[in-house]
Amino acid sequence: MNIHEYQAKRLLEEHGVPVPRGYAAQTSQEVDTAISHLSDDDMIVVKAQIHAGGRGKGTFTDGYKGGVKVVKGHAAAKEAAEHMLNNTLVTAQTGPEGRKVQTLYLTEGCDIDHEYYLAIVLDRETAQSVIIASTEGGMDIEEVAEKTPEKLIRVPVSPTMGLRHHQCRQVAFALGFSGDQIKQFTRILTGIYKMFWDKNAMLVEINPLVTDKSGNLIALDAKVSFDDNAIFQHPDVQQLRDLNEEDPKEIEASKHNLAYIALDGNIACMVNGAGLAMATMDIIQSFGGSPANFLDVGGGANEDQVTAAFKIILSDPNVKGILVNIFGGIMKCDVIARGIIAAAKNVEITVPLVVRLEGTNVEAGKQILRESGVALTPADSLVQAAEIIVEQVKADA
Amino acid sequence: MSVLVNKNTRLVVQGITGKTGTFHTQQCIEYGTNVVAGVTPGKGGQLWEGKVPVCNTVAEAVKEHGANASVIYVPPAFAADSILEAIEAEIPLVICITEGVPVRDMAEVRRRLFFHNTKTRLIGPNCPGIITPGECKIGIMPGYIHKPGRVGVVSRSGTLTYEAVYQLTQRGHGQSTCIGIGGDPINGTSQLDAVRLLNEDPDTDAIIMIGEIGGSAEEEACAYIKEHVKKPVAGFIAGASAPKGRTMGHAGAIVSANGAGTAEAKFAAMEDAGVSIARNPSEIADALLKIYKG
Repeated sequence: MNIHEYQAKRLLEEHGVPVPRGYAAQTSQEVDTAISHLSDDDMIVVKAQIHAGGRGKGTFTDGYKGGVKVVKGHAAAKEAAEHMLNNTLVTAQTGPEGRKVQTLYLTEGCDIDHEYYLAIVLDRETAQSVIIASTEGGMDIEEVAEKTPEKLIRVPVSPTMGLRHHQCRQVAFALGFSGDQIKQFTRILTGIYKMFWDKNAMLVEINPLVTDKSGNLIALDAKVSFDDNAIFQHPDVQQLRDLNEEDPKEIEASKHNLAYIALDGNIACMVNGAGLAMATMDIIQSFGGSPANFLDVGGGANEDQVTAAFKIILSDPNVKGILVNIFGGIMKCDVIARGIIAAAKNVEITVPLVVRLEGTNVEAGKQILRESGVALTPADSLVQAAEIIVEQVKADA
Repeated sequence: MSVLVNKNTRLVVQGITGKTGTFHTQQCIEYGTNVVAGVTPGKGGQLWEGKVPVCNTVAEAVKEHGANASVIYVPPAFAADSILEAIEAEIPLVICITEGVPVRDMAEVRRRLFFHNTKTRLIGPNCPGIITPGECKIGIMPGYIHKPGRVGVVSRSGTLTYEAVYQLTQRGHGQSTCIGIGGDPINGTSQLDAVRLLNEDPDTDAIIMIGEIGGSAEEEACAYIKEHVKKPVAGFIAGASAPKGRTMGHAGAIVSANGAGTAEAKFAAMEDAGVSIARNPSEIADALLKIYKG
């Protein structure tokens, strides 16, 4: 689960990390209130809040350039805010359709001396947390890793020992800090590690972490994402979820315990099992079709779930055909077939539907489908099913 | 005789009295698995379904009933704790079926497994289990699609594996042991670990490896295959059509934003290792049978 920059900064602050003074705003009035807290004589930063990076270099759909604006004084801040609020921002990470900006974050400016990079990730290969830091902040860390790997330091942290102070010093010295900065950096790293570990984060990234002209460390941007499997343990993190940043079909699917991901093709699939669901999308693509979604109905595939799945699939206007691929192991094919038939009667299916069943009671399942009177094409193998649905969708086009 | 599980396996079911635990234990007993005990804290002394003694702790199940393998059907919040308990009780094989275990918990479990001289091999979590057809089934796979034989199967997936196994069985080729390592990013046994087990098994003559996008498990396995495996190997990778940055159902099935963990890279590693590649899931058995006659 992702959260916005302003939420990440609040969490950081709670864990002892210095951040610029800032205020979130979702209405014109809130923008005025936010601005009133900031100085008219100094720089103010107006930042679009979306769950995607590249905001600074992005462009709004009406042509207004930049989702992060550093301006001087109240009037300029108000102007920037008016352009951004409720406008749609397109960045390298949003896709061409962009993301509507419903929240702004207005912060005081900062007299930057140097920009650093600091992050903690949970590394799957070593099953450890890893501190990643660099003197090259404010830029794409992947590029730094590729072009100047010597400017990147990685320090693994044992899950059972936790972060030790000597490790904080190791990183601080590697970044060239001295004097009181070592203490400041240790406090910051200790704070974000505690937050990362306690709240089951998968990533905490501060890019850039800056030194100002007085040599003090401040976190100028923050990105935090959490392990979806652990959210149930953190009601305070659940509160931070922004449904506006999620696809409504995906939100609906999760209510029915369906794993659903919207794609941009036109052949929808419904499958039991994530590996099989991915393989089904793959085979559609290999026949020249374009999958509209990933959908795993899981071990159940009962009538209610299949009905909910059909409804979600059909709410996507791009869908021109549906492929249902179920391997009934413990689940019996005749039970699944009955579920599909009942669902198909609950929901008006106006596009070609191909159903491929395999496994327990497959003959009974196929017979039920044949005798159902529902307009669908049964397929014996996954290859056949994919071929047929791709054909039928092409023919209709 | 095959790897990890066989007719001498004495299974304890952690979470036996729960709905999932009860259902799958019944199925496994019907298949012929020797379930010697169950564990549900607080229900020690009861008899599950009039057949299987329930213990309060895993240690009891080992001491009183000689359990030498454990399967875990415990909700995500408590699954890691159950694994740790089984490790403490020195159970040699622990299989965690549970999906949704917090990744941090698994990082801690791995630390315990590999840095403290444990006697335990962990399979999973988020896995369908392990089966040596005709002898022992531990997990949620349908028994009837399998048949005893000499092809070893290792996979991150559940139903996709059943497809491949069913294809093999229908073509007259049985399986020595099928190991479901599960779909999580941090787990107990990797593709490499499982391939190594099958490679060293005198009763396995050929291997099928089914992988997914995300991480580098298949690449590591392929490096091992290239150097050490003379037996015929076939493979498939699911997720070639998946977009970057999204977890596709399985917590570990994600191509990261920087492009690591793609199906393409894994297919390339397989090619380099001389693995016979199935480009679509219907051809997994055929990809093996091209290079293995049984």
